[in-house]
Amino acid sequence: MADKIIPIGPYHPLQEEPEFFRLHVDGEKVVDIDIEIGYNHRAIEKISESKSYDQVTFLVERICGICSTSHPFAYTNAIDDLLGIEVPERALYIRTIIGELERIHSHLLWLGLAGHFLGYNTVWMWAWRYREPVLDIFERISGNRNHYAMFKPGGARRDLDEADFPWIKKTLKSLIPKFDMFKGAVIDDPVIRARTEGVGVLTKQDVYDYACVGPTARASGFVMDVRKDDPYAAYDKVEWKVITQQGGDVFAKAVVRILELYESVNIILQCLDKIPKGPIDINIKDMPAGEGIGRHEAPRGEVFHYIMSDGGNSPARHKVRAPSFVNIASNKKAVIGETISDATIILAAVDPCYCCTERMAVVDHKTGKKVFDGQDLVRLSQEKTEKLRRKYNR
Amino acid sequence: MEEVSSIMKDLFSFLIFPGFIFTAAIGLVASWIDRKVTARVQWRVGPPWYQPLADLVKLSIKEITIPKNASKAVFLSAPLFGLSAAVLAATFIWQANIQAGSSGFTGDTVVVLYLLTLPAIALMLGSSASGNPLASLGVSREIKLMLAYELPFIISITVPIIKSSGLLRVTDLIAFQAMNGVFVSNVSGILAIIVAIFCMQAKLGLVPFDMAEAETEIMGGIYIEYSGILLAVLKLTKTIMMVALPVFLTSIFWGGFSAWKYVILLVVIILMRNTNPRVRIDQAIRFFWYRMTSLAIIAVLLAMLGF
Repeated sequence: MADKIIPIGPYHPLQEEPEFFRLHVDGEKVVDIDIEIGYNHRAIEKISESKSYDQVTFLVERICGICSTSHPFAYTNAIDDLLGIEVPERALYIRTIIGELERIHSHLLWLGLAGHFLGYNTVWMWAWRYREPVLDIFERISGNRNHYAMFKPGGARRDLDEADFPWIKKTLKSLIPKFDMFKGAVIDDPVIRARTEGVGVLTKQDVYDYACVGPTARASGFVMDVRKDDPYAAYDKVEWKVITQQGGDVFAKAVVRILELYESVNIILQCLDKIPKGPIDINIKDMPAGEGIGRHEAPRGEVFHYIMSDGGNSPARHKVRAPSFVNIASNKKAVIGETISDATIILAAVDPCYCCTERMAVVDHKTGKKVFDGQDLVRLSQEKTEKLRRKYNR
Repeated sequence: MEEVSSIMKDLFSFLIFPGFIFTAAIGLVASWIDRKVTARVQWRVGPPWYQPLADLVKLSIKEITIPKNASKAVFLSAPLFGLSAAVLAATFIWQANIQAGSSGFTGDTVVVLYLLTLPAIALMLGSSASGNPLASLGVSREIKLMLAYELPFIISITVPIIKSSGLLRVTDLIAFQAMNGVFVSNVSGILAIIVAIFCMQAKLGLVPFDMAEAETEIMGGIYIEYSGILLAVLKLTKTIMMVALPVFLTSIFWGGFSAWKYVILLVVIILMRNTNPRVRIDQAIRFFWYRMTSLAIIAVLLAMLGF
């Protein structure tokens, strides 16, 4: 009886990307869950080794369509770390502004999707409507609505026009009443609270065990934010606070994201006031051998990039770790014991982004068996690291 | 000769006016209003007026896929069974409104109540005959939901019967209200119609009570294996129920059908479905058994005391 399986994926109206959750159910109750990702492996890290450092910025921008700035942000941080250079201050402010604008539109996108998953399509449409002004700001700044191409190793690719600042400020301030409305709609709505409170609870210990990051961790009372813990760009030059909640349930995650919208607006407004004049780019001439790491607090949590250079034109090794990789695994803890109705919103509550997280799996198409399992992949990865270490004498 | 003409007359009223064609036409307009208002509430443009009809036509020329494991006879006949029950209920309700005082038979309120539950039962039968695990999950939710809402619905319907000291014909209830004032002008009537409106939302399977369908959870649940003209028939049944149920409520609580009363009930349905998320099935059962049933019982007690 307990082995009835309800599949969510690989194609399912719940989420727009290929993912597969096998829910083992007993009636409505989920007794076990298998998580399978890796339907759309794109070999970004390998492609990166054949591109020039400048081109990789555009490549990593395409890892994810929603947090399209997070990966270039972490990547340029890694390059700056590798070079040990001081990026011009104006460029740091530009990076911060773009990073926070992205957080606003990403959180609004999640809020809309969460509404849709709960069957509340009005919230979906309204959240996405108020995401539009943010995209308009991006369009004014960079000419693009989703892939902004504003980042460059050693600086920013485009400058901000001072003449746009009043309009940007006005647009952002006009969003505040809309955020108030969403805050009211989520926190005061008894039906939403009934559906999300106490659902999919991750305790502080669970967050620790699964190494969750971002809003998923902050909703369980973890004070953790790369922007505060290891300040980069202009985050230590402006006043803002890390939002945390204690509940650990879907409701707490929603509240964290909504309150972060206010902080992001706050950060951008301060940056627009404080942004100094000056150059936006130091033209990097050549890359020395070495290695660097870069981190960025993406809307979904910490993005980590590692770059190893052999002094050539392309990275010798480029490693990306996206936040969803750790957050998705925590579903194993959060979903078991809940009902199927709740499982869908819990799966969505970590704001999963599968395209960032795809790992390779080799499957024999005749038997359907995996040729490599997780252990094999870890072993292969270690062998590769050893090979690189010998090659570059580290 | 007279018998033949009376049968023809009954067939006419069942198939054309005020039965199938007439109700379906009103239902399609109502479902267009629903979609248009929903779209406007959600900052969208919304479909043109003929869209619900276009959907039905499109669906009916599509191929029907019958699952391999399905029990064919039940799977194929259930939608038609549900449609005819809904049309019959609509015909009874309309006739009671049109030929006031002279249509129907004693106890037709009970028959209408029975007919109004049949579309849901037919859907459950057909869907569970499909052999799909998601469909069976949808069916189990629909059964639970039905057990939840039928109790308060029937209790609330007894309020007008008590108030009119035992009239069981819909048309008599309308005539009684014409003489003595509508039931919703009393406390008991207001409580009863509130309960009945919530039950109507659940009977129509609309948000917040669409968990049997739940697209983002179980991909359409009870509808998952239906395609082509069978799906069109199921949609049409739902459309006809969207006319039959509000008109039934106006008839027994609110002194008979009129366009504005129908529109008000329709607006209530649309607003409720656009300002709520879907609830879980256990929450729905708790809502109907504890809150709605107690409210309905209070309404009955008040009606017995004469309020």
